[in-house]
Amino acid sequence: MEDLASLSFLAATIAASWRLAAPLIFASIGEVFSERAGVLNIGLEGTMLAGAFAGFAAAFTSGSILFGVAAAIAAGVLVGLLFAFFTITIKADQIVVGAAINLLGLGLTAFLFRSYFPSAGKGIDIAKPVHLPWLSDLPFFGEALFRQNAFVYSTLPVAALAVFVLYRTSFGLTLRAVGEHPKAVDVAGRSVALYRYGAVLICSALAALGGAFLTLAHSNQFVEGISSGRGFIALAVVVFARWSPIGAFVVSLLFGVFYALQLQLQAQPVHFLPYQLFQALPYLMTIAALIFVRNRVGTPSMLGVAYKKS
Amino acid sequence: MSGRQLLLMDGIHKRFGPLIVSAGVTLDIEENEIHALLGENGAGKTVLMSILCGVLSPDEGQIIFKGQALKPGSPRQAIKHRIGMVHQHFMLVPNLTVAENYVLGQGSPFSVIRDMKTVHARIVELSDRYGLGVKPDALISDLSVGEQQRVEILKVLYHGVELLILDEPTAVLTPQETDRLLHLLRRLVEDGKTVIFISHKLDEVIRVSDRVSVMRDAKVVRTVKTSETNARELARMMVGRDVLMDLPRAPIEPGRVVLSVEHLNCDGESGLPALHGVSFQVRANEIVGIAGVSGNGQSELALALTGLLPIASGSVTLEGAELVGRSSHDINQMPIAHIPEDRHRMGIVLPLPLTENVILQRFDKPPFSSRGMLDMSEITRQTRDLMRRFQVKASGPGDRIQNLSGGNQQKLVVGRELDRRFDFLLINQLTRGIDIGATELVMHKILEQRSAGKAILLISTELEELFTLCDRILVMYEGRLVGEMPPDRGRLEEIGLLMAGKSPMSAA
Ligand SMILES: Nc1ncnc2c1ncn2[C@@H]1O[C@H](COP(=O)(O)OP(=O)(O)OP(=O)(O)O)[C@@H](O)[C@H]1O
Ligand SMILES: [Mg+2]
Repeated sequence: MEDLASLSFLAATIAASWRLAAPLIFASIGEVFSERAGVLNIGLEGTMLAGAFAGFAAAFTSGSILFGVAAAIAAGVLVGLLFAFFTITIKADQIVVGAAINLLGLGLTAFLFRSYFPSAGKGIDIAKPVHLPWLSDLPFFGEALFRQNAFVYSTLPVAALAVFVLYRTSFGLTLRAVGEHPKAVDVAGRSVALYRYGAVLICSALAALGGAFLTLAHSNQFVEGISSGRGFIALAVVVFARWSPIGAFVVSLLFGVFYALQLQLQAQPVHFLPYQLFQALPYLMTIAALIFVRNRVGTPSMLGVAYKKS
Repeated sequence: MSGRQLLLMDGIHKRFGPLIVSAGVTLDIEENEIHALLGENGAGKTVLMSILCGVLSPDEGQIIFKGQALKPGSPRQAIKHRIGMVHQHFMLVPNLTVAENYVLGQGSPFSVIRDMKTVHARIVELSDRYGLGVKPDALISDLSVGEQQRVEILKVLYHGVELLILDEPTAVLTPQETDRLLHLLRRLVEDGKTVIFISHKLDEVIRVSDRVSVMRDAKVVRTVKTSETNARELARMMVGRDVLMDLPRAPIEPGRVVLSVEHLNCDGESGLPALHGVSFQVRANEIVGIAGVSGNGQSELALALTGLLPIASGSVTLEGAELVGRSSHDINQMPIAHIPEDRHRMGIVLPLPLTENVILQRFDKPPFSSRGMLDMSEITRQTRDLMRRFQVKASGPGDRIQNLSGGNQQKLVVGRELDRRFDFLLINQLTRGIDIGATELVMHKILEQRSAGKAILLISTELEELFTLCDRILVMYEGRLVGEMPPDRGRLEEIGLLMAGKSPMSAA
């Protein structure tokens, strides 16, 4: 009996880890694109909120989750255009614009939510777990891995696609060069600005998708500040992952484990430690990661620097 | 030379703020010639060529290539017309491989990179054909400057060119490599291509070019047939006065031992042994040269002496104090000055202004700072003074150093190091990229330091420079010192043999 209980605890933890890692996976893979192109987009948090709200609003009014996803991506692209215009075209400081995006995301979504959805009490029907024939019925593995919703499964193709685009296409190669030696790209006859726009838009769209997960597949409601720091954790994930999309996927899963443990431990009857400590786990791990990953190998050398064509 | 015009740059004007860098330049290039472009540091050669290949847009003027006007400021146009340039400061992305750098910007952005095998094969084939020894899967950041130069040249050939522009390609090459390059250029011209060649080395220009244009003060002042001129005359056209290339070196007896290196063993950055039991001494009033083909341990020696590369075994003492085991910061506090091989990687910080580059190692010491505050007026004053003494051409002390021409950056580094208080001066490539007038000046200053009792170690791939400055020359081959020679031009051949790893005895 004891064994069975702990096995199912393990399966539940694994399932929750992947599920809770999903928003981080989307946002951090997006950020890998942006940072590889030399643009430090710290506006992930605000972008995620925009995605979460737009997704919720569209799904709530239309009743369709697919509509919600489309609206979230559109919102992400819009926020991305705003960020790109100021940092790439106007060459304003990336940190300042990123911070502004975060404030805007928080304020605007709260304002719109209170103005238009004061009585959204019943929420929406969130994405259901997809039942995979045979796989979902496997003992242990079925519960651990194959009873997720479409959002969670889609992290796999997204990660694979990211690797493919970044390492196997001309676009990806140029993108990586833009973050290291933009002038070389310029001389090769490609527009540095255009590539940076592309990278930022991919980043924002993915971050918004990560935000949409929270309202469409996790909680059925929009809550002010629902992303609760995940955008910032995703920034740390990228550093930890040394700017690799596979790394971002794996490190996000690791953070997912902390989120899951925090939830599971809170639910346990033994309360020898205050539950706030468990809640703080993902954030503590972020700080630890940033302290211990001091070796900055792999940092794009032009990260955060605007490119000026003379 | 066919006598038919290939390119005409007509009335090109360009300014950066108050600085006029092209003042109505007119340059005409004939089909199938090697056209040399000469001029002092900051004369505007690089800017003119950047305008030609679309990296910079001119304020005025037009470029006519094969009778067609080129759209200014468009690198794509230039690439389409097969105008290729090997830049003075490399355009290679350090974290990509050679092959990846070659396919960068090629084809549609949305295409999948499939055929890396074919790319590799073509690189190997071209590299073999021209004897460049380029490995397609090498990471750029692992290559020495000389190797990167060859990678750059091959890149342009790989893309196929009709007009090839080389901006100081030989500044980082050894004499042997230079010979090979000049041969290569001749072969390219035989294949029907046209070459524009920028160099500060007049003997190369005389050897290889068909015509020469001389730039001065942002203008082309003259174009002549090479066969109708000579080095002296060219130097006079550039500088406006006669240049002495052979400086008198007063006979001084060397004094006490300042630097002593014993049985130094050291691993290179790749982890393979780079130095094997290197021992030598440098005395006061003495300039010791280290000759060798680049890549034979010279860079590692310089890094080891400055604490930038861990020493496996052996001892290095400076004025009796052991250097082994000290950090580069500690060594930097000792009476040592260092002119590094690659100014961009180790000498300067490109986005910073001249003033901050001048105080880089000494910003926290008087006279630059007192009680924790920088004394900006003193820093500016000293920078101005240094610019005057070393003829550094820039719009002002607050100009970012990346806006300076290559030679002017080098002059600033040399000046800064010579202004430090030191007993031992380590130089790895002294005159890299500086014009003949400034070379004369810099060599003069180095000889002054020798007379003032300093001990100087000069690592160089330029035998001429070693002969002019050194009291004795050590030859390095595969991480070992293989011989010592007096600076006697008559023994050039012996030195050459030693550098190639052969013993002059067995050859005789
Ligand atoms: N982006 C820039 N901004 C401001 N000034 C510049 C810029 N690029 C070049 N300059 C200035 O233009 C002048 C000409 O520079 P250029 O690089 O063409 O000289 P050069 O003839 O190639 O000299 P060198 O032999 O030292 O390479 C220099 O005075 C330099 O400081
Ligand atoms: Mg130049």
